[in-house]
Amino acid sequence: MLLIKGGRVIDPASGRDETGHLVLKDGKVREFLGGEAPARFEGTVVSAEGMWVVPGLIDMHVHLRDPGYEWKEDILSGTRAAAAGGFTSVVCMANTNPVNDSPEVTRYIMEKARREGCANVFPVAAVTRGLEGKEMADFSELAEAGAVAFSDDGKPVENSLLFRRAMEYVRPFGYRILSHAEDSVLAGGGAAHEGWTARKLGIPGIPSAAEEVAIARDILIARQTRGKLHIQHISTRMGVDLLRMARRAGLDVTGETAPQYFTLTDAALEGYDTNAKMNPPLRGEDDRMAILEGILDGTIDAIACDHAPHEAYVKRCEFAAAANGIIGLQTSLPLSLSLLAEGKIGPGRIVELLSAGPARILRLQGKGSLAAGADADVTIIDPEAEWEFRPEEVLSRSKNSPFLGWKMRGRAAATICGGRVRHAAIAGVTADA
Amino acid sequence: MEWHRRHVLGLSDFHPEEMEFVIDTARSMEEVLTRDIKKVPALRGKTVVNLFFEASTRTRTSFEMAGKRLSADVVNFSSGTSSVTKGETLLDTARNIEAMKPNILVVRHSASGAALFLSRHVSCSIVNAGDGANEHPSQGLLDLYTILKVKGKVAGLKIAIVGDILHSRVVRSDLHSLGRMGAKLWLCGPATLVPREMERTGAVVTSDIREAVRGADVIIMLRIQLERQKTSYFPSLREYSQRFGLNRDVFSLAKDDAVIMHPGPINRGVELSDELADCERSLVLRQVESGVAVRMALLYLLAGGSHVAH
Repeated sequence: MLLIKGGRVIDPASGRDETGHLVLKDGKVREFLGGEAPARFEGTVVSAEGMWVVPGLIDMHVHLRDPGYEWKEDILSGTRAAAAGGFTSVVCMANTNPVNDSPEVTRYIMEKARREGCANVFPVAAVTRGLEGKEMADFSELAEAGAVAFSDDGKPVENSLLFRRAMEYVRPFGYRILSHAEDSVLAGGGAAHEGWTARKLGIPGIPSAAEEVAIARDILIARQTRGKLHIQHISTRMGVDLLRMARRAGLDVTGETAPQYFTLTDAALEGYDTNAKMNPPLRGEDDRMAILEGILDGTIDAIACDHAPHEAYVKRCEFAAAANGIIGLQTSLPLSLSLLAEGKIGPGRIVELLSAGPARILRLQGKGSLAAGADADVTIIDPEAEWEFRPEEVLSRSKNSPFLGWKMRGRAAATICGGRVRHAAIAGVTADA
Repeated sequence: MEWHRRHVLGLSDFHPEEMEFVIDTARSMEEVLTRDIKKVPALRGKTVVNLFFEASTRTRTSFEMAGKRLSADVVNFSSGTSSVTKGETLLDTARNIEAMKPNILVVRHSASGAALFLSRHVSCSIVNAGDGANEHPSQGLLDLYTILKVKGKVAGLKIAIVGDILHSRVVRSDLHSLGRMGAKLWLCGPATLVPREMERTGAVVTSDIREAVRGADVIIMLRIQLERQKTSYFPSLREYSQRFGLNRDVFSLAKDDAVIMHPGPINRGVELSDELADCERSLVLRQVESGVAVRMALLYLLAGGSHVAH
């Protein structure tokens, strides 16, 4: 039994935003109590005064690199970083080695996560065998083993006919396909957003159209097949516009963006900073503004950080040769909280983007809500905490982040997963072993 | 003026006075080159390594010649393929060379930013001899020097640069050297090879070579890399030469005393007609001459020379 006392309980899924107390029991939310806290309580008491108590955060786009690239990250280190960042669940992509295109790999991930993970891990399996874009993976077997969705993330399903067939085939089963939307021919071997910075630095550009063309194709195929589609890591203005249009047309199309796309622009590449190299690339200021608008008006359903750990030396090299991607699990929450500063959205919307949204998109039962009977996944947020993201704070095996040295505001004071405290930065509370 | 730089990575942060200082030094160096014995002991005991990851004969030879004329020991390290495909990282290669205690590394690499990257990780001086499509500072300075020799000034001149602007490191250095000295720059080429964003530099961007050349004082023709045609930046070399090549007819639109430059190697009959390449208004070989002097000046200044060697 665990009592979280005196916090501001924010749970958009059940329409709650009020100060009170939350009782967790047997891995579930037992009840919300208003008024005075119970005088006597058999169990652990966590005081959350001045803090927000929200459904456990869910990052629906991470790379845990396990199996196959455990020197970059593994399930233990990745979920530790997740817990420290306030995430009780992460959704991991299939570009492991071997690729998660077989139930054995799916089960390996799930079992390892159950054994040693500090957060729930939901695997996404490949759309095509070996991520090769040639033949469909065995969707049913993978779903039965525990895959929550399908994606070739890291690369697009280039072949439009195959993508159409996959969308059509899985539709009756209710699976959603998550699309890394990129026309890689149009991207033409670029390494940075095609804009002034890339021109000045002499870096080959990736035009915005490389993303937009692919999003448009995917949406049109979703329309043709009536399938469930999710657009990953949207980075462009027109990408947001296309998603908005799809939604208005009544299609089941959802979309995510990442904190880097509403926080940074391609200006971060000055000096050839390889920690600002990613795919899709950091875009221009107008794109950044459009991402913010998409978040404000509800077009964008989720914030997911695309956590992509890389060992130091694949970033410590000339820009063209550097690997794509950044870690993000420990910075996603504070960067998302910075959206509150403009005063246009409230904490409830942040919780939707980081918890209720992903749970709804992926139909994760018992997640994204603090209603009685929901899983006892709770994040306690100290919205005022000021801290610096220093290399020593990084719990991932890799430290590739453009946000190192940044002053942050707001952080996870405690992360409770299945009723167990997995991370605690509140006086008097210790993480369970 | 005092010289404080440890590296020459690009001209983006060079002040006009600093460029003038290098050129003053180059002038003295050029005097050495007119002597019977074209060698001074200024860099005796110093080692210069030419670390070239990309094929180049003239730039490497020019740096080698510059080093030798200053009595430095010059070692050439060339690798046709990139270090990454050989399995060794650029940094490892550079650190291996560094362990042999050279004073100056002259680096050419196909990746933009490679020289800046190395300068952050090695202790010797770095001279950028061309990094991807970023900069080629010694070329930017030698172009400036060559124009000054012929025209006496750069401010107010109309200078047209024609060709593959997108992939050209020469342009990105010339924009700093010539632009900062007050030239009116025009960038011309096929729209696929002249990014619109380049207008941000203050240059005029056009795909009409006649407009670019009309009334120009200096025309810098860039080499069109033949492999660009394979990736379909333009229909054919034939069309390219018709639209963007400099021939007698187009050149007649320029000022009467206009000069032609080219960083070489020239594709005769493609970007520059055969007759113009050799005409008396072509400064191509003067550029090569200036190049050795400018590179001597850079090596000399980086090795700690503060006054001009006589």
